[in-house]
Amino acid sequence: MMNAHLLLTLPIAFPLAGVALCAMLWAKPGAQRIVSLIASFGLLLSSIALLAAVHDGTVLATQFGAWPAPFGISFVADMFSAAMVLITGLMAVAVGVYGLVGDAKAREQAFYHPLYQGLLLGVTGAFLTGDIFNLYVWFEVMLISSFGLLVLGGTRAQLDAGIKYVTLNLVATTLFLMAVAFTYGMTGTLNMADLSRVLPTLENQGLVTTVAILFLVAFGSKAAVFPLFFWLPAAYHTASAPVVAIFAALLTKVGVYAIIRSFTLLFDGDAGFTGPIIGAVAALTMVTGVLGAAAHFDIRRILSFHIISQIGYMLLGVAIATPLAIGGAILYVIHHIVVKANLFLIAGAIKAAGGSFELKEVGGLYRQLPFLSVLFLIPALSLAGLPPLSGFWSKFVVIKASLDAGHVVLAATGLVVGVLTLYSMLKIWNEAFWKAAPEGAEAALKSWRNDGATRVAMLVPIVTLAAITLTIGLFAEPFADYSMRAGEQLLEKSAYTDAVLGPRSLAEARP
Amino acid sequence: MEPAFALAFGVMVAVAAYLVMSRNVLRIVLGLLVLSNAANLSILLAGRIGERTPPLVADGDTFIATSANPLPQALILTAIVISFSLVAFTVVLFESAHRRLGTLDTEAMREAEPRDDEPAQAAKRPKLVEEPA
Repeated sequence: MMNAHLLLTLPIAFPLAGVALCAMLWAKPGAQRIVSLIASFGLLLSSIALLAAVHDGTVLATQFGAWPAPFGISFVADMFSAAMVLITGLMAVAVGVYGLVGDAKAREQAFYHPLYQGLLLGVTGAFLTGDIFNLYVWFEVMLISSFGLLVLGGTRAQLDAGIKYVTLNLVATTLFLMAVAFTYGMTGTLNMADLSRVLPTLENQGLVTTVAILFLVAFGSKAAVFPLFFWLPAAYHTASAPVVAIFAALLTKVGVYAIIRSFTLLFDGDAGFTGPIIGAVAALTMVTGVLGAAAHFDIRRILSFHIISQIGYMLLGVAIATPLAIGGAILYVIHHIVVKANLFLIAGAIKAAGGSFELKEVGGLYRQLPFLSVLFLIPALSLAGLPPLSGFWSKFVVIKASLDAGHVVLAATGLVVGVLTLYSMLKIWNEAFWKAAPEGAEAALKSWRNDGATRVAMLVPIVTLAAITLTIGLFAEPFADYSMRAGEQLLEKSAYTDAVLGPRSLAEARP
Repeated sequence: MEPAFALAFGVMVAVAAYLVMSRNVLRIVLGLLVLSNAANLSILLAGRIGERTPPLVADGDTFIATSANPLPQALILTAIVISFSLVAFTVVLFESAHRRLGTLDTEAMREAEPRDDEPAQAAKRPKLVEEPA
């Protein structure tokens, strides 16, 4: 059994070493590939070890530099953050393998590997840190890597997308920094466990709620919620296939993680005021996302809008804030990351085999590639929430939680949006797989058939993620049980604060 | 002193909001700079200003009663480094976008999201209209 410090540091150490080594090996793309893959596998293995240590409900915490909390920087892993780190490791490996083919050479010359590892570093750090300023730093690590990855090819569309993505995200993180400053000004502390104890004792609770809303705006733009999502559909479809897959899997979910964490641990004091706001935002996010998807005919743009729509379901759980709802939101995040990344990976495969992302320009893939078609249907139908796939259970829990709490409108919105999601998925199915192949599609198919390495590197991650989706769907019990217990642990709070600060009373902790 | 700084913070955020909402990318990057400096000022204010004693613990002591708050300095230093690198990246990105797209006007940049009413060909034509910087 490894000690807590090692367990919490290894998931950061692997991508950090990956960034450093890949940057030093800048002239040797082959060596970078090996280093990047080893670092991704290391992240996956260390995250499995971390999950094994916390799955029974213990919360691990460590203090960097041995400064006692709340003075130093704490790293904390509870059931929720350990699950997020594990899924990050899984995506790191799946997308890492997928990224070895396609335009890999061109990407590698533009520092793909160091940036990829940097993105993983930022995401993992954000999930594990227990310090709100440190969270800001991890956000920025993630952001600067994502800037580089987005404009990797340097095409005109990417530069245009980059401007919008960079500007809106910079404004959002600066707002986050200001919210951190205001929090520090009110409480004199930045440690999240300490904040959780101090914030309810403040006299001016109105100010606390104001700062909570500022955090909601900052994290909400990261999570691409209504009406702060415009950077996402402006940018995602211009990035290359592995980049957009890892973006879709992780970036917005870090925002969702931060919302769930801050509104369970820090700002649950005025739930009567913030709950309805988050609920309205969730409903509008679901609806605008799915309607945006209905209007588009580029596979990547359809899928990008669906990211937004799905974020709404996760926020629904936060808005209702019962143990069932928070557990449902966690289950939804886990299901969604796997499914969404897989859909973008399949979009890349459709482009490779069918020649285009435009639905008008592809077709006939069901006749030619029935295996790929089945692989598309698994995540697509799961996204729409058809039983017995993973999306059904996560939607079921979230909607049941909203009905239990009497939020009929929110539940109905969730159900209708599910049907509209099915419409978008069937649109892709009808156009790309079912209709006859358009003129000139044979060339791409021929090169797909002749290029065994590309096929293997693309299909192995897709099959793996589809298998995970099926597993969550068919054996939902352990996953649902884990999410429910993680949700209870989040609402309990004392496990988290005790692990960081020790089970001391407030008076003892602050002399 | 603090009210004056708070007022300055408000003015800076207002200026930044005005600049960032401009269509000219040059103004946007200036706005981002002002905004990040406003954030730094807010951290300084959050740590309370006024006390000027350096936070040095005298030899033999373990505790210092009154001193300037050292934590905001550390936070701002971190934030300055981060915002400096991000703004540097932004300037390079905007410059290469200007070179490749031939415009500084964000409304004219429709490469990633072409309008429905204009044919895709028109969107692909290089735009030669240049706004005075």
